[in-house]
Amino acid sequence: MATLHTRSAARLMIAPSVLLLLAWMIVPLAMTIYFSLLRYNLLMPGMEEFAGLSNYTYFLTDPAFFQAIFNTLAIVLGVLFITVIGGIALALLLDQPMFGQGIVRILVIAPFLIMPTVAALVWKNMFMNPVSGLFAWLAKLVGLQPFDFLANAPLFSIILIVAWQWLPFATLILLTALQSLDEEQKEAAQMDGAGAWSRFFYLVLPHLSRAITVVILIQTIFLLSVFAEILVTTNGGPGTQSTNLTFLVYAQALLQFDVGGASAGGIIAVILANIVAFFLMRMIGKTLEA
Amino acid sequence: MARNVSTRRKLAVTAVAWTIGILIFFPILWTFLTSFKTEAQAIASPPAFLFFDWTTENYFEVQSRSNYFKHFMNSVVVSFGSTLLGLIIAIPAAWAMAFAPTKRTKDVLMWMLSTKMMPPVGVLVPMYLMFRNSGLLDTRTGLVIVLTLINLPIIIWMLYTYFKEIPGEILEAARMDGASLAKEIIYVLTPMAIPGIASTLLLNIILAWNEAFWTLNLSAAKAAPLTAFIASYSSPEGLFYAKLSAASTMAIAPILILGWFSQKQLVRGLTFGAVK
Repeated sequence: MATLHTRSAARLMIAPSVLLLLAWMIVPLAMTIYFSLLRYNLLMPGMEEFAGLSNYTYFLTDPAFFQAIFNTLAIVLGVLFITVIGGIALALLLDQPMFGQGIVRILVIAPFLIMPTVAALVWKNMFMNPVSGLFAWLAKLVGLQPFDFLANAPLFSIILIVAWQWLPFATLILLTALQSLDEEQKEAAQMDGAGAWSRFFYLVLPHLSRAITVVILIQTIFLLSVFAEILVTTNGGPGTQSTNLTFLVYAQALLQFDVGGASAGGIIAVILANIVAFFLMRMIGKTLEA
Repeated sequence: MARNVSTRRKLAVTAVAWTIGILIFFPILWTFLTSFKTEAQAIASPPAFLFFDWTTENYFEVQSRSNYFKHFMNSVVVSFGSTLLGLIIAIPAAWAMAFAPTKRTKDVLMWMLSTKMMPPVGVLVPMYLMFRNSGLLDTRTGLVIVLTLINLPIIIWMLYTYFKEIPGEILEAARMDGASLAKEIIYVLTPMAIPGIASTLLLNIILAWNEAFWTLNLSAAKAAPLTAFIASYSSPEGLFYAKLSAASTMAIAPILILGWFSQKQLVRGLTFGAVK
């Protein structure tokens, strides 16, 4: 491949992608850092002035900020917990011989293909609504008071909706990994007298560890930035009970028009994502090497 | 030897799996059913599951009241546009990295992946201001640009893993037989690369169609794709469940069908080739 091998040709082919991504990484991020040091509100144009770190102290002393950090982590961990455990269980189930396996797979995958605004609005209105939702009807059927999910347990409700969307992803990936497990190994373990539990813990789970790591890594990236589901269900409320960091910065920027404050919040979000990414990359590095 | 599975066990597994599958799918099924009800039936208690007067009026109503088709076309233009643009930029890069790797290729790939870890909210403010100042706010062009950028790393990774599987020997064999570079590309490489490119295209259209951060923040009435259009139902007036269901059904149906056909590619693309 002499022609392709010429280094400069290869570089020329890679250059547009690298330059675009570099620009995408650096230009807006540099602007965010710059804005975060200004007192800058869109409602008061021409009044921009250098403000030092006051935007950061404002953000870091705002009670809503700590609530948002807590909510962000609760969403990530809650959804991960449900989807990883549920995904393993579902993958094990779907791996068994059954009738119509392909159809069940299709049914299970479907929620992942639904756009977030549709998923959230369908759950909000047709299931969680305390008057006309299906859950209210079920509650009344068994003699319970209907529960107003989004008013009384907003964060939990959002976790449920998001987990419904991501469960198929975990299932699909774990199932794919499960199907690459050597059938003979399982039989050998069975012949040696290993029970279902020990086969699961000593054979299946170690085999899945790489796929589980991948699921955790990829979901965490997306779950840190859950946005649409909050916007269309609770709008961050009541109060700030279901505001995560992404939503807090959005509200500061596009509802309060506080460019400086929102930028400081954005930078804090970037730092947090980097900390998480650092640990995840180390974790995934270890399992990928093993 | 295949495992000896008793029919009874298989039946039990089938029953459990189907029940769970239908439960997980139920919200979508319910949306579909509700889209054919009248608004009064849609909120009726006890709910009507199948025995109601089926009507298609919601579908027409959604179109006549809010010009559904315009938003549908916005989604089509934005998702296809960003995917095609992304492919044009990514194919040469993935190609070069797969066939002429250097010591730094792995690092470049990892760095590209790391750009996906930047939370979008970290650059929301400058993007919004730049879009506003350059008149890109609420335009299809603006959305195509942003979605191309955010999905570029995934496109490159996915293409790279596919191209990597094309054996280099086959090129050498073609060259030995006296094929010119042009012939080599047209007759040997392209046919082998097309399945990979098609899978990448499919996955990326799904991702772009459902993207709901930038489309919600950078579009309003004019360029709003379906994600943003559906979001407008969060502040409803009067009864709207049946209309919401009709709009939702039309918004998700094309992608559901595409997604079902590309399950394998979904796994591969979303895990950057780490799980196949």
